[in-house]
Amino acid sequence: MQLIECPWCGLREEVEFYYGGQAHVAYPEDPAGLSDEEWAHYVFFRDNPKGRFAERWSHSAGCRRWFNAIRDTATYRFERVYRLDDPKPVIP
Amino acid sequence: MAELLRTHPLEAWATAFERLPDTVGTTVEPFVAMVDVRLGALGPEVSAALGVDLPTAVNTWVPTDSGWAVWLGPDEWLLSSTAETPEEFEARVRSAVLPLGGAAVDVSAQRIGLRLTGARVRDVLARGCAIDLHPRVFGRGSSAQTTLGLAGVVLLGLSDTGDDYLLLVRSSFAGYLADWLLDAALEFTPTHKS
Repeated sequence: MQLIECPWCGLREEVEFYYGGQAHVAYPEDPAGLSDEEWAHYVFFRDNPKGRFAERWSHSAGCRRWFNAIRDTATYRFERVYRLDDPKPVIP
Repeated sequence: MAELLRTHPLEAWATAFERLPDTVGTTVEPFVAMVDVRLGALGPEVSAALGVDLPTAVNTWVPTDSGWAVWLGPDEWLLSSTAETPEEFEARVRSAVLPLGGAAVDVSAQRIGLRLTGARVRDVLARGCAIDLHPRVFGRGSSAQTTLGLAGVVLLGLSDTGDDYLLLVRSSFAGYLADWLLDAALEFTPTHKS
Protein backbone atom coordinates (compact mmCIF):
# COMPACT_ATOMS: atom_id res chain seq x y z
CA MET A 1 0.00 0.00 0.00
CA GLN A 2 1.17 3.51 -0.77
CA LEU A 3 2.44 5.51 2.16
CA ILE A 4 1.61 9.21 2.41
CA GLU A 5 3.61 11.51 4.62
CA CYS A 6 1.50 13.54 7.02
CA PRO A 7 3.36 16.76 7.93
CA TRP A 8 2.61 16.00 11.58
CA CYS A 9 2.53 12.21 12.00
CA GLY A 10 4.97 11.09 9.32
CA LEU A 11 4.52 8.20 6.91
CA ARG A 12 1.15 6.49 7.18
CA GLU A 13 -0.92 4.21 5.01
CA GLU A 14 -2.97 5.75 2.24
CA VAL A 15 -6.30 4.52 3.73
CA GLU A 16 -5.82 6.84 6.71
CA PHE A 17 -6.16 9.87 4.43
CA TYR A 18 -9.05 11.71 2.86
CA TYR A 19 -8.77 13.60 -0.42
CA GLY A 20 -9.87 17.22 -0.44
CA GLY A 21 -9.48 18.33 -4.04
CA GLN A 22 -7.48 21.16 -5.49
CA ALA A 23 -5.56 23.37 -3.08
CA HIS A 24 -5.09 27.14 -3.18
CA VAL A 25 -8.59 27.92 -4.49
CA ALA A 26 -9.05 31.40 -3.08
CA TYR A 27 -12.45 32.48 -1.76
CA PRO A 28 -13.87 35.34 -3.86
CA GLU A 29 -12.80 38.79 -2.69
CA ASP A 30 -16.29 40.20 -3.19
CA PRO A 31 -18.74 37.27 -2.85
CA ALA A 32 -21.83 39.46 -3.16
CA GLY A 33 -20.70 40.86 -6.48
CA LEU A 34 -20.29 37.51 -8.21
CA SER A 35 -22.59 36.43 -11.02
CA ASP A 36 -24.05 32.92 -11.04
CA GLU A 37 -21.56 31.91 -13.68
CA GLU A 38 -18.63 33.19 -11.62
CA TRP A 39 -19.98 31.35 -8.59
CA ALA A 40 -20.24 28.18 -10.62
CA HIS A 41 -16.63 28.60 -11.68
CA TYR A 42 -15.56 29.08 -8.08
CA VAL A 43 -17.58 26.16 -6.69
CA PHE A 44 -17.34 23.53 -9.42
CA PHE A 45 -14.49 24.28 -11.80
CA ARG A 46 -11.14 22.69 -10.94
CA ASP A 47 -7.91 22.11 -12.78
CA ASN A 48 -7.32 18.62 -14.06
CA PRO A 49 -3.66 18.51 -15.02
CA LYS A 50 -1.64 15.51 -16.02
CA GLY A 51 1.40 15.87 -13.81
CA ARG A 52 2.04 17.82 -10.65
CA PHE A 53 -1.09 19.04 -8.88
CA ALA A 54 -1.41 20.91 -5.57
CA GLU A 55 -4.07 19.13 -3.52
CA ARG A 56 -5.61 19.20 -0.08
CA TRP A 57 -5.45 16.06 2.01
CA SER A 58 -6.66 15.25 5.49
CA HIS A 59 -5.11 12.70 7.80
CA SER A 60 -8.59 11.61 8.81
CA ALA A 61 -7.70 8.42 10.72
CA GLY A 62 -4.80 10.05 12.54
CA CYS A 63 -4.33 13.62 13.70
CA ARG A 64 -7.30 14.81 11.57
CA ARG A 65 -5.35 17.79 10.30
CA TRP A 66 -5.61 19.16 6.77
CA PHE A 67 -2.46 19.71 4.77
CA ASN A 68 -1.43 20.33 1.19
CA ALA A 69 0.51 18.06 -1.10
CA ILE A 70 2.03 18.28 -4.54
CA ARG A 71 1.14 15.01 -6.23
CA ASP A 72 1.88 13.84 -9.72
CA THR A 73 -1.45 12.70 -11.12
CA ALA A 74 0.25 10.55 -13.73
CA THR A 75 2.56 8.61 -11.42
CA TYR A 76 0.69 9.10 -8.12
CA ARG A 77 4.00 10.15 -6.60
CA PHE A 78 3.85 12.65 -3.74
CA GLU A 79 6.52 15.22 -4.55
CA ARG A 80 6.04 17.36 -1.47
CA VAL A 81 3.74 17.74 1.54
CA TYR A 82 3.40 21.03 3.37
CA ARG A 83 1.22 22.62 6.03
CA LEU A 84 -1.71 24.86 5.18
CA ASP A 85 0.08 28.01 6.31
CA ASP A 86 3.16 27.26 4.23
CA PRO A 87 3.40 28.82 0.77
CA LYS A 88 3.02 26.61 -2.28
CA PRO A 89 6.49 25.17 -2.86
CA VAL A 90 8.20 25.65 -6.16
CA ILE A 91 9.53 22.37 -7.47
CA PRO A 92 12.06 22.65 -10.28
CA MET B 1 -37.70 4.58 38.20
CA ALA B 2 -35.58 2.49 35.93
CA GLU B 3 -32.29 1.47 37.38
CA LEU B 4 -29.29 2.47 35.30
CA LEU B 5 -27.15 -0.52 34.53
CA ARG B 6 -23.57 0.30 33.66
CA THR B 7 -22.25 -2.65 31.74
CA HIS B 8 -18.94 -2.74 29.98
CA PRO B 9 -19.08 -3.12 26.19
CA LEU B 10 -16.55 -5.95 26.41
CA GLU B 11 -18.17 -7.88 29.26
CA ALA B 12 -19.07 -10.72 26.92
CA TRP B 13 -15.43 -11.11 25.83
CA ALA B 14 -13.94 -11.30 29.33
CA THR B 15 -13.83 -15.10 29.45
CA ALA B 16 -12.29 -15.35 26.01
CA PHE B 17 -9.57 -12.86 27.00
CA GLU B 18 -8.89 -14.82 30.19
CA ARG B 19 -8.21 -17.98 28.16
CA LEU B 20 -5.46 -16.28 26.15
CA PRO B 21 -1.90 -17.28 27.09
CA ASP B 22 0.37 -14.75 28.81
CA THR B 23 2.34 -14.12 25.62
CA VAL B 24 -0.70 -12.41 24.12
CA GLY B 25 -2.30 -11.20 27.35
CA THR B 26 -5.32 -8.99 26.77
CA THR B 27 -7.20 -7.34 29.62
CA VAL B 28 -9.99 -4.82 29.65
CA GLU B 29 -9.04 -1.65 31.48
CA PRO B 30 -11.50 -0.14 33.95
CA PHE B 31 -13.37 3.01 32.95
CA VAL B 32 -11.37 6.22 33.40
CA ALA B 33 -12.35 9.85 33.11
CA MET B 34 -11.06 11.36 29.85
CA VAL B 35 -11.06 14.93 28.64
CA ASP B 36 -10.24 16.24 25.19
CA VAL B 37 -8.37 19.54 25.34
CA ARG B 38 -8.09 22.06 22.50
CA LEU B 39 -5.60 24.83 23.12
CA GLY B 40 -3.76 27.05 20.68
CA ALA B 41 -0.62 28.03 22.50
CA LEU B 42 1.06 26.31 25.42
CA GLY B 43 2.81 28.22 28.14
CA PRO B 44 4.04 27.81 31.70
CA GLU B 45 0.61 28.93 32.97
CA VAL B 46 -0.98 25.88 31.32
CA SER B 47 1.45 23.51 33.00
CA ALA B 48 0.89 25.23 36.32
CA ALA B 49 -2.89 25.09 36.04
CA LEU B 50 -3.03 21.48 34.84
CA GLY B 51 -0.13 20.15 36.87
CA VAL B 52 1.41 18.55 33.80
CA ASP B 53 3.52 19.65 30.84
CA LEU B 54 1.34 18.73 27.88
CA PRO B 55 3.48 16.87 25.33
CA THR B 56 4.41 18.97 22.32
CA ALA B 57 6.37 16.26 20.52
CA VAL B 58 4.33 14.58 17.80
CA ASN B 59 2.88 11.15 18.66
CA THR B 60 3.92 10.99 22.29
CA TRP B 61 2.25 10.69 25.67
CA VAL B 62 3.37 11.59 29.18
CA PRO B 63 2.22 10.23 32.54
CA THR B 64 0.32 12.57 34.84
CA ASP B 65 -0.45 12.32 38.56
CA SER B 66 -3.47 10.09 37.99
CA GLY B 67 -3.37 9.09 34.34
CA TRP B 68 -1.78 10.20 31.08
CA ALA B 69 -1.80 13.03 28.56
CA VAL B 70 -1.66 12.09 24.87
CA TRP B 71 -0.72 14.30 21.94
CA LEU B 72 -3.61 14.09 19.46
CA GLY B 73 -2.75 17.02 17.23
CA PRO B 74 -0.80 20.29 17.22
CA ASP B 75 -3.54 21.90 19.34
CA GLU B 76 -5.29 18.86 20.79
CA TRP B 77 -4.63 16.52 23.71
CA LEU B 78 -6.39 13.66 25.45
CA LEU B 79 -6.09 13.61 29.23
CA SER B 80 -7.15 10.86 31.60
CA SER B 81 -7.68 10.68 35.33
CA THR B 82 -8.51 7.88 37.70
CA ALA B 83 -8.74 10.22 40.68
CA GLU B 84 -11.83 12.18 39.71
CA THR B 85 -15.28 11.65 38.26
CA PRO B 86 -15.60 12.69 34.60
CA GLU B 87 -17.63 15.73 35.66
CA GLU B 88 -15.03 16.89 38.19
CA PHE B 89 -12.17 16.24 35.79
CA GLU B 90 -13.84 18.16 32.96
CA ALA B 91 -14.60 21.08 35.27
CA ARG B 92 -11.04 21.22 36.57
CA VAL B 93 -9.39 21.06 33.15
CA ARG B 94 -11.92 23.48 31.66
CA SER B 95 -11.30 26.08 34.36
CA ALA B 96 -7.57 25.74 33.64
CA VAL B 97 -7.71 26.18 29.84
CA LEU B 98 -10.80 28.38 29.38
CA PRO B 99 -9.06 31.65 30.44
CA LEU B 100 -6.34 30.87 27.87
CA GLY B 101 -8.84 30.53 25.02
CA GLY B 102 -8.91 26.74 25.11
CA ALA B 103 -11.70 24.20 25.44
CA ALA B 104 -12.12 20.98 27.37
CA VAL B 105 -14.79 18.36 26.72
CA ASP B 106 -15.56 15.21 28.67
CA VAL B 107 -15.04 12.26 26.32
CA SER B 108 -14.95 9.52 28.97
CA ALA B 109 -17.69 7.57 27.24
CA GLN B 110 -16.00 7.72 23.86
CA ARG B 111 -13.15 5.28 24.27
CA ILE B 112 -12.40 2.26 26.38
CA GLY B 113 -8.97 0.84 27.09
CA LEU B 114 -7.48 -2.57 26.36
CA ARG B 115 -4.15 -3.49 27.91
CA LEU B 116 -2.00 -5.76 25.76
CA THR B 117 0.91 -7.43 27.49
CA GLY B 118 3.23 -10.24 26.50
CA ALA B 119 6.07 -11.15 24.21
CA ARG B 120 3.80 -11.74 21.21
CA VAL B 121 1.37 -8.81 21.37
CA ARG B 122 3.54 -6.85 18.95
CA ASP B 123 3.02 -9.63 16.39
CA VAL B 124 -0.72 -9.54 17.05
CA LEU B 125 -0.83 -5.78 16.48
CA ALA B 126 1.28 -6.13 13.35
CA ARG B 127 -1.52 -8.21 11.80
CA GLY B 128 -3.57 -5.09 11.29
CA CYS B 129 -1.44 -2.05 11.88
CA ALA B 130 1.23 -0.75 9.52
CA ILE B 131 3.05 1.35 12.10
CA ASP B 132 6.53 0.24 13.08
CA LEU B 133 6.07 -0.88 16.67
CA HIS B 134 9.63 -2.01 17.28
CA PRO B 135 10.66 -0.70 20.72
CA ARG B 136 13.59 1.08 19.06
CA VAL B 137 11.11 3.55 17.54
CA PHE B 138 7.93 2.92 19.55
CA GLY B 139 8.96 2.62 23.18
CA ARG B 140 7.48 3.97 26.38
CA GLY B 141 6.11 7.43 25.75
CA SER B 142 5.20 6.82 22.10
CA SER B 143 1.66 7.07 20.89
CA ALA B 144 -0.11 6.73 17.57
CA GLN B 145 -3.56 7.39 16.22
CA THR B 146 -4.09 4.90 13.48
CA THR B 147 -6.29 2.03 12.36
CA LEU B 148 -6.09 -1.49 13.73
CA GLY B 149 -8.00 -3.80 11.48
CA LEU B 150 -10.77 -1.46 10.40
CA ALA B 151 -11.16 0.36 13.72
CA GLY B 152 -9.61 3.69 14.57
CA VAL B 153 -7.48 3.41 17.71
CA VAL B 154 -5.11 5.37 19.88
CA LEU B 155 -2.13 3.20 20.74
CA LEU B 156 0.18 4.01 23.66
CA GLY B 157 3.54 2.32 24.13
CA LEU B 158 4.01 1.49 27.82
CA SER B 159 7.36 -0.26 27.79
CA ASP B 160 10.76 -0.03 26.13
CA THR B 161 10.77 -3.76 25.46
CA GLY B 162 7.79 -3.84 23.11
CA ASP B 163 5.57 -6.06 25.26
CA ASP B 164 3.16 -3.63 26.90
CA TYR B 165 0.62 -1.45 25.08
CA LEU B 166 -2.55 0.41 25.91
CA LEU B 167 -5.14 0.42 23.16
CA LEU B 168 -7.92 3.01 23.25
CA VAL B 169 -10.85 2.19 21.00
CA ARG B 170 -14.25 3.76 20.54
CA SER B 171 -16.83 1.87 22.57
CA SER B 172 -18.97 1.05 19.55
CA PHE B 173 -15.96 -0.52 17.80
CA ALA B 174 -14.82 -2.42 20.90
CA GLY B 175 -16.70 -5.61 20.11
CA TYR B 176 -15.35 -5.69 16.58
CA LEU B 177 -11.81 -5.04 17.80
CA ALA B 178 -12.10 -7.69 20.53
CA ASP B 179 -13.13 -10.27 17.92
CA TRP B 180 -10.33 -9.07 15.67
CA LEU B 181 -7.73 -9.34 18.48
CA LEU B 182 -8.86 -12.86 19.41
CA ASP B 183 -8.61 -13.87 15.75
CA ALA B 184 -5.17 -12.29 15.36
CA ALA B 185 -3.98 -13.98 18.58
CA LEU B 186 -5.22 -17.39 17.44
CA GLU B 187 -1.88 -18.56 16.08
CA PHE B 188 -0.20 -17.80 19.40
CA THR B 189 -2.90 -19.65 21.34
CA PRO B 190 -2.41 -23.34 22.06
CA THR B 191 -5.50 -25.26 21.02
CA HIS B 192 -4.66 -28.58 22.71
CA LYS B 193 -4.17 -29.11 26.40
CA SER B 194 -1.30 -31.54 26.93
